[in-house]
Order: sequence, then structure tokens, then C-alpha cells
Amino acid sequence: VAAQPGQPTAEPTPENPLTAGLERLPVAPTTLVIFGATGDLARRKLLPALYNLAHDGALPERFRLVGVSRKEKAHEDYRKECEEAIRQFSRRPPKDDVLTALLDEVKYVPGVFDDDSVYAELGKVLDSFDEDAGETLNRAFYLSTAPEFFPVIVGQLGRSNLARDEHAEVRVIIEKPFGTTLEEARELNREVLAIFEEQQVFRIDHYLGKETVQNLLALRFANGMFEPLWNRNYIDYVQITAAEDLGIGTRAGYYDHAGALRDLIQNHMLQLLCHVAMEPPVNFTAEEVRNEKVKVLDSITKPTAAAIPEMAVRAQYAAGHAGGEDVVGYLEENGVAPDSTTESYAALRLEVDNWRWAGVPFYIRTGKRLARKITEIAVTLKPVPHLAFSQDGSLGVQPNQLVLTVQPNEGVSLRLGAKIPGTRMIIRPVNMEFLYGTSFLSQSPEAYERLITDAMRGDATLFTRNDEVEAQWQVCDPIVGAWAQEPGPLPKYEAGSGGPAEADELLLEGHRWRAI
Amino acid sequence: MSTSDAVWSEEGTTPDRIEAALRTLLVERHAESGSFVPARVLNMIAFVDDEWSGEIANRLRGVGRYAASRLIVLSYDRKRERLDARASVASDGDPTPGQLALLRETVIVRLGERHLDDLPTIADPLVVTDLPTLLWSPHGHHEAIEALLGLAQATLIDSIDEPVWRDALDLASKLSERLYVVDLAWLRSTPWRERVAAAFDPPAMRPELDRLTGVTVRHHPDSTVAAMLLLGWLASRLGWKLDHAEIVSSDRREGVLGGTAHADGHDVKLELKADPSLSVPGLAGVSLHTASSLSLHLDRGPGGLHMRRIDRDGREREWTLLGASRGESGILGEGIRQALLRDQTYGPALAAAQEMLPDAQALVPGGARPA
Repeated sequence: VAAQPGQPTAEPTPENPLTAGLERLPVAPTTLVIFGATGDLARRKLLPALYNLAHDGALPERFRLVGVSRKEKAHEDYRKECEEAIRQFSRRPPKDDVLTALLDEVKYVPGVFDDDSVYAELGKVLDSFDEDAGETLNRAFYLSTAPEFFPVIVGQLGRSNLARDEHAEVRVIIEKPFGTTLEEARELNREVLAIFEEQQVFRIDHYLGKETVQNLLALRFANGMFEPLWNRNYIDYVQITAAEDLGIGTRAGYYDHAGALRDLIQNHMLQLLCHVAMEPPVNFTAEEVRNEKVKVLDSITKPTAAAIPEMAVRAQYAAGHAGGEDVVGYLEENGVAPDSTTESYAALRLEVDNWRWAGVPFYIRTGKRLARKITEIAVTLKPVPHLAFSQDGSLGVQPNQLVLTVQPNEGVSLRLGAKIPGTRMIIRPVNMEFLYGTSFLSQSPEAYERLITDAMRGDATLFTRNDEVEAQWQVCDPIVGAWAQEPGPLPKYEAGSGGPAEADELLLEGHRWRAI
Repeated sequence: MSTSDAVWSEEGTTPDRIEAALRTLLVERHAESGSFVPARVLNMIAFVDDEWSGEIANRLRGVGRYAASRLIVLSYDRKRERLDARASVASDGDPTPGQLALLRETVIVRLGERHLDDLPTIADPLVVTDLPTLLWSPHGHHEAIEALLGLAQATLIDSIDEPVWRDALDLASKLSERLYVVDLAWLRSTPWRERVAAAFDPPAMRPELDRLTGVTVRHHPDSTVAAMLLLGWLASRLGWKLDHAEIVSSDRREGVLGGTAHADGHDVKLELKADPSLSVPGLAGVSLHTASSLSLHLDRGPGGLHMRRIDRDGREREWTLLGASRGESGILGEGIRQALLRDQTYGPALAAAQEMLPDAQALVPGGARPA
């Protein structure tokens, strides 16, 4: 007897032979529910990402969208807001027919997130979608709200019986920050995992959705030339920089509570470190990749109170010049307390204490109002053991440096020594450059396009696992705690500069920061 | 849209001089601004009739970011005695601080019949070494393609351009033995293949693939080969053995081909119907029927493909499978992009499509002849 389409079968599912060769694999029919549907992230990133997926034919065969937010409004009004956001922020001009078809049946559920009636109403909307479809659609709940609502929403989804369904997959996508301390992260994990299984949970770190970050793995594991050198025998030190030329703008409310360490290092930059330092995974499944990253995080020497002053530096920008304009210092920014001790710059020296990396320092720095915007990883090789050339009249033979630029111009640059044209053997450094933008026809999708698709597909490779996020916090939490105990004022660096002089004190002998 | 061009031209030139001019143009552009960097993705050699070169230029302009990084247009006028050339190096925009401005190169070489024997020696110096090369001859000229095959790793064809179905499929098959074939007729079916695959992807739907009893493909009257490739794809993926199709109706605009596929233990009725209401090349719709009395009907619609599903209890459901129409320029751009990929399912689909070619010598739909 044939099973009813849409109903589960008892027998093992046969393979779908029609997917072979397709660039876009099918995504199961899904209803996506965005909590915080009128917020900035939804407007600037999520809705435009959904439009672009629709444009490319990459959404599930059947796709329904529900917005949940506090403000009272009609479905039609919310659709108009969605349309405006997509027209304003989409990476490509929307086509009217696709946009209309996407938004035609979008629903909106108003209410506060701890109100039972919101979830009762949401359940009715989801059921009506299933009834229309004649099958139970998968459900993906996207928590795009302030972090204090994460446990509230998760708890309500559990109490409302929306967190599981015997006929469909139910997933929850949780935005950052995942806690602001190790204890908070553990508590949030406990609360989330009391309702959902780990495989249902997708913790967003949007850096992982960037093509450039994924390319790091391709560079390391698809090219034989790097791996023999990729260890303590040849690499002297690694530097990871995420510099921004802008100040905190209108984000003081968030940033002055977070600071540079929590905002970037605890999540994005430790992920970059993992990509540089991890062992090749057996395969690129979510579990194998994340197992290797957790091993790296576990190998990082945890900062002790005594060591923190030697391995961590924080600072705030002072007034200066940026983009040809006079700009105010951090403490003069709107919304920042005049005695704030929140760092706008943080730099760390970390050690990955394992067989491959023992003794190789990993320098990490990030800051606002620096000389320019750049995210890069610089791997400096050890100098050659013997120089056959005179260094008279030259800049000297400098160690090879491999620079992986994540943004703005994604590429790989290798610093080599080369002979200056002339009669003498004088060497100076030159760069061999590869720019991704010159070598591919396709436009990179936005990180959120990839991440939303992966979450709907159930592929967690680019999401952070519970033990991973806690391991990240284990690195940063002692520093957060130590800094909270220290009174201000913080060291200063001039806006538009390369950062505070104090950061140089982290460097071991012979090492130096790259110019920003 | 190019906003910044550097141009060189010369009458009575040589490939060496053209290549030297390209190098000079690149150096000059880079000297203007370090943000100008040459794109290095793909060479494309297009062999075109001189009188249609403007139309081809327009088509290639429409592909936008999928343009080859170096385009070499060999513009053929039988009577031409002299080799003339025009080279340009253009960027998509002016350089801005911190951002790259990619440079793309276009070379148009005007040549005549006397140059045909030497085509490789004209084109070879103009391609960027170590980049893959895509060959395209939209106006036929198989002798030119033959001469240039050694320079290319991929060739772009459109099987619906050949007036005789058998010739179209045989040509694609022969070319496939020598290099990678990107067939625009195949790419026109991509959204349909994706959606049919997605429709049967839910676990409860997968067994329905083994219960298919009938497939109808509606197509533009001139796109029968695209429909054959879609059926060839289904046959090759599902392990069907195809019989030769029969011409049910040979009407010029509304012809019908009928056929049978032998699946494991049962037959599948196949039908290809020309749809004169479709104004663009490609497919108009696909219907699939299963032994469970389930039927799926996919048709073009606003905002994507329109799906109508009739369950075995007779209940009908309709919805839109979201996706923007790519248009002909989008399909050509996709063809160029596909030159850098490898789709292993085209070859088996092509072979299956060849199996279903009708034997008859009579006139068939679309004014084409099967053999």
C-alpha cells in the first residue's frame, strides 16, 4: 500500500536519484518564523536574504513566513514593511513578481514574547499553513531578538508544544550573543537544551557564513603546498586582525555593555583562529568539523589571573581624525558613560598548546576607529637559517608572510624576497597576490542567505555547537572577569591610528604587528 | 555596464601585435590606478558571422557579471582578405579607494575565408595561458569549431538551434567525447529539473518516483530538443529504457511526440507537446502522473513556476515555486558560468534523449526533421 504523500513511511527512505548534479539541493517545505520581525537585523539582513533566495529559486518548494513582534499591526502592514526593507537592503533590485509572490501570504503575529496567547495564535497560523499544504511543513524559529528574550521564547515554544512535531523537523536559530559570560552561556544552553535537542539548535555566528571564511578551509585543505609548512616547525607566529575605521555610531546601548572582547573576539575571531589551527576533519560534516574546532579551543591555554596583564590589552579610542574628519573619543560618544571602562580595542596573545602549535603565539586584535577597515590573518614563517647574501644596501631578507585577507578585498598574498634589478644581489620583499574577486564570475551570496538555507536544510556545519560556544567562553571569561575588577581609566589610542602602544607589549621578541 | 574603456585598433594586423597591444593596455590601466586589476577567470572564443556580430555583442553585454574575463570574437566575413582587430580593456566602474575595479578584455578580430586554415594560430596567442577556454559558434560554422577545439576545454552550444533533432543530439554527443559541452537547451531545463527533484524529495514522496506512469513536457515549438533532454534526464536518473518516440501530430506549431519508457516492472507514457503560446525558447510545463493517482503539474507563472498537485483523494492544491525568470541573457550568462563547472548528468541525459529520437523521415513538429 502506497504511503500518503506527506506522511511518514515505516520503511527506510530510498535515495532521491534526481538530485545528482544539481547545484541547488532541495530544501524541505518549511515555515520560517522570525521573532523580532520588525527589528534591524530582520529588516537589513533576514528579509533581503529571503528575497534573494527566492529570486534564485533556492527557497523550499513550499515556503511560508511568519513575523512575530511586539508592535500591533495588520498582516498587510507587515507585508508592506517587508517590501520596503527588501527594496532598501537587497543586494539586487527585486523583481516585482517574485517579491509579490514571496510576500503574498506572509502572516504577522503581534504580542510580547512571554504572552501565552502569542504562541497559541502562532500555533493556529502554523496549523493553517499545514492544512493548506496538505502536509506538515518543517518549522524554523529564528530568534532575532534581544538576547534576554532567547530563554523566554524557547521556554514558551516548549510549553506551547511547538518545539517538536512527529511529522516534521523543528529547528531553532539563535542569534548572537550567546551569553555574555561563561555562566550565562551555560545557563542558556541548559534552558535551550531542556526544550530542544542539540541537533535542532542552530547558533548563528554570521562570520561562518561568509564565503571568505569558508575559503580558509579550502585554501588549507585543498592545496598541498601549505600543509607541510602549517606547524610549529615553520611558522613563527600568527596574527589575526579585525579592524574597523568606524566608531560605535548609534550602537552605544549594546556596545558599551559588550566591548570589543565580547563583540568580536569571543565569537568571530576565535572561529577564525579555529579555522587556521584545526586539524583536517575526516569529512566536512557538521560533527566532524565542529569536533576539530572544539579540540583547538580546548587546546588554548586558559588565561590565569596572573597571566592576563601579560597576554591581554584593552584600550579606548581618544579623539582624533578619521576619513578626513575630526572625531570624538569613545567616552564622548552619545550614550557612553563618561567613566565607562568598556574597551573599544582588545588584543590577546594566545597559545594553542598542542603537538602542531606548541610555542607559536596567536596574536588577536580588534578595535573601532582604527586606521582602516580590514580583517586578515597573517601567518609569518620562521626566517631562513642562513643568508648567503650581503644585506648591505637592502631592506633585509624578511621572513615569508602569508596573508589571508577576509575583507575588504578577499585574497591571499605571499611575501617573498626578490632581487632588486641591478648588478648587485640586493634583496627586498615583494608580494605575490591572488585576489578572489578576479577569479570567479559569481557574486558571493550574503552570509545570511547561506545560513538560513543551511538551517532549513538541517546542516549545522556553519553553526556553533553547545560545547564550542562554551569552549569559546572558557578562553574569554577569565579576561572579562579580570577586566571587570580593574578600575579605569583605560589606555587610549588616537582615533584613526593603528591602536594603542600597549599592544606592542604583548609581542614576543622579534615579532611585530602588521600595519593596519 | 562599462564606464571606463581603453581601446586599440589596427588594420592589417597580426596576432602578436594584438597580444602586445592588450598587454600595453593593461599596463596603462594599472598605471592609471592600482585598483584596476585584470579579471582572470575564463577565455571565451566566439566565432560569429560578421553581419551578426552586433547582435552577438548585444547578447554578450546582457550577461553582466558572467562575462568571460577575456572575450575573443572572431568575426567572419568570407570575402575579407586582411586581418583587422580592435582590442578594449574595460572596467565595470571607476576605481574607488579600497575597492578593486576589475578589468575585462575584449578582442574583435575580423577575418575571412583565407584565414580559416590558420584559425588556431590566430586565436592561440590571444588566450590567457592556464585559464580555461570556452568556445562558442552561435552561427554554425562547424569547421571553425573543429579547428579551434584544441584550444578549448569547453564549448557552448544550443541544441535547439539545430533544425534537425538528430543532428543536434549527435553533434552534442560527438563534441562531448572531446571536451565539456555546455548546452543552453539543457540549462533551460535547470529550474524544472530542480523543482521536479524537490517535489519528490520529501521521504514520503520518493517512492512515487518508482510509480510514475506518465510524463508530459510542453515546450516552445522550436524547443523539442530541450524537452527531449528533460525526459532523457528523468530516464537516465530513474533507469528507464526508452523506445523511439512516435510522431502523433506533425502540426507545424502544435505537434506532439509520443513515446514509452520501460521502468522496472511497468511502462511510463511519455508525451512532448509543442505549445505555441510560449513566446520564448524552452519549456512551458511538465506534468507527472503516478500509479497512486497523484499528479503534479508545473507551469510558468508570475514570480516562479506554478505548481498544481492533485492528490489521490482528488484534492487539488496550487502554489508558486518562487524564482525569477532568467531570460535569454541570463541563460547565456549561466552557460558561460557553467563552463567552469562539470555537470555529470548531462551526458547520460543526452544519450537517453538520443534513444527516443523518432525513426520516421516525415516532417515533425516545429518544422524540424528527426533525421
